[in-house]
Amino acid sequence: MHDIKHVSKGLMPHGMSACAGCGLELLIRKVMDVLGEDTIIIIPPGCAASFSGYGKETSIKIPGYQGNLENTAASAVGVRAALNAKGNTHTTVVGFAGDGGTVDIGIQALSGAMERRDKILYICYDNEAYMNTGIQASSSTPYMASTTTTPAGKPTGRKDLMQIAIAHDIPYAATASIYNLTDLKKKVQKAKDTDGPSLLHVHTPCPTGWRYAPAKTVEIARAAVQTGCWVLYEYENGEVTINYKPKELAPLEDYIKLQGRLRG
Amino acid sequence: MAYKMLDGNGAAVEAIKMAKVQVVSAYPITPQSTIAEKLSELVASGELKAEYVRVESEHTALSVATAAQLAGVRAATATASQGLALMHEVVGMTSGCRVPIVMPVVNRGLAAPWTLWADHGDSMAERDMGWMQFFCQNVQEVYDLTVMAYRVAEDENVLTPAMVCLDGFFLSHSMQKIDIPEQKLVDEFIGPYVAKNSYLDTEDPMFICNLTGSDEFTEMRYQQKTAFDNSIEVIEKVQKEFEEKFGRKLDIVEGYKTEDADVVLVALGSMCGTAKYVVNKLREQGKKVGLAKVTVFRPFPFKQLEDILSEKKVIGVFDRSAGLGGQGGPLWSETCAALKKCDSDIRHFVGGLGGRDVTIVTIEKIFNELLEIKEGKRETHTEWIDVKENAMDIRQVEKNA
Repeated sequence: MHDIKHVSKGLMPHGMSACAGCGLELLIRKVMDVLGEDTIIIIPPGCAASFSGYGKETSIKIPGYQGNLENTAASAVGVRAALNAKGNTHTTVVGFAGDGGTVDIGIQALSGAMERRDKILYICYDNEAYMNTGIQASSSTPYMASTTTTPAGKPTGRKDLMQIAIAHDIPYAATASIYNLTDLKKKVQKAKDTDGPSLLHVHTPCPTGWRYAPAKTVEIARAAVQTGCWVLYEYENGEVTINYKPKELAPLEDYIKLQGRLRG
Repeated sequence: MAYKMLDGNGAAVEAIKMAKVQVVSAYPITPQSTIAEKLSELVASGELKAEYVRVESEHTALSVATAAQLAGVRAATATASQGLALMHEVVGMTSGCRVPIVMPVVNRGLAAPWTLWADHGDSMAERDMGWMQFFCQNVQEVYDLTVMAYRVAEDENVLTPAMVCLDGFFLSHSMQKIDIPEQKLVDEFIGPYVAKNSYLDTEDPMFICNLTGSDEFTEMRYQQKTAFDNSIEVIEKVQKEFEEKFGRKLDIVEGYKTEDADVVLVALGSMCGTAKYVVNKLREQGKKVGLAKVTVFRPFPFKQLEDILSEKKVIGVFDRSAGLGGQGGPLWSETCAALKKCDSDIRHFVGGLGGRDVTIVTIEKIFNELLEIKEGKRETHTEWIDVKENAMDIRQVEKNA
């Protein structure tokens, strides 16, 4: 029943309909490399929906379902429950949603899944605004960032997803960044192997929304960590581990000055 | 076969249990709560071998059930009123992905103002969302129509979810003696669940519900429309099998003493029991009245109604929902459309809202008005049949003189 148009090595094709320099594209490739074929993915409408595909075409070689914007965690829980009922405990069920679909409209379903200890892997790719609908601010948009709904800069700080996950005391939660793929892949594997809900909050810079040259995505992701604007850490069985501590934090300007959204 | 004393919610649970659902996700809401409770008891005791997901909202309840069924098992949820309204967005996902879930809806009016009690406003708000809707007259029908719904919904020519609608409290909390067949017969009738067309299976991967362009959207809606066209025939076939197996006759529309009736009332749900009593009572007085009980509201049985009503000169239609802003309520509008070729005077009645009992007196009043219209003794009718005279005075802020 399948018509394979392009043969690629991994579970994602060579060409996909993401913006040039998209941090999210790098993330989904690496996530799929770790999770493998025995995985079912839930993707809500948003930037990642470009991987779901259009019409009869899809970019993903594993089974997937595009639910509503706010029910990624709930849909993943439903698939997990069905697999459990069938005695299948080996297949990984992953929810893959953006910051808007996670910290705003999807927070309730995610909170429910975390509180119930449902065994799903939830990955939030954070490009710090509603990029797919045209760069509107989300509650993950940082302080003073300009978006199409905060043209003069966002007057409030960002919602802290990791602290929300930690408040639910889930077995494994971690931040990651697309500039450090070794760290990222290690965390995806840990999250996959966790018995219970696991959450990854991954920083995925967005050239279109942050207004920088597409070639600079990895450089900006690195700068976010070097300046302390994005901290790599894990919460595992009740303990927090900082994964990377720069000897000295780089000046904030190193991160800010590269981005049009943070210039006055 | 065994007789049991059950209320409507208990009968719904019994049918869900005997359909051997493997995933249950339910959120409590009055008057549905005992369905969520009893299903959790059955799972906890091991009587029902299923995963129970104690969800945090109705939106999640239907999301979990829909995704679970896409992953290949029969899943159950149930709701009422505000819960159904919260589900609305997912209601369209379930039907559009052609996931044949069967869901009891315990009918209760929608806020504002707050009400806990029966009317059909909740189901009617979802009537064009691609689900079949079956309305129950009594507790036995709650069981029977739920069992029937699995067969119809899962038929490969239908693949359309179904709401089994039961009036809050009047049915959900009313104890009646009902006939429960043996599990073996139900197994034979419903069979194991097999996901068709759309499924999440790592052995045969597909991506479900991605963005669809205008080159295909119309065609996918047309497939749903065709499923509804097919469903009437499937319902007839399944009802015939049901009667052969369980000995009870189910109808799409039941014509109760309509054949020689001068006037006929069209109605949905529990009020049909009262209406039948009134028909018998008035017939003892020599008044030829009849009832058309619409069991299947979606797909709307326009042909069946036309067969029963086409020769009737005066017809009343009772909507247990307000139909705000329309010329009449949804049952009236659909009945008018079904009878568009006929020369019938079709009168619209609204009543029984927010739990107001549809009494013998109310239905007698309707029949008597219809008879007077038929005999040329009156022209107008009382559209809001049970509204109080002081309707415009209540809850009004007093203005300074």
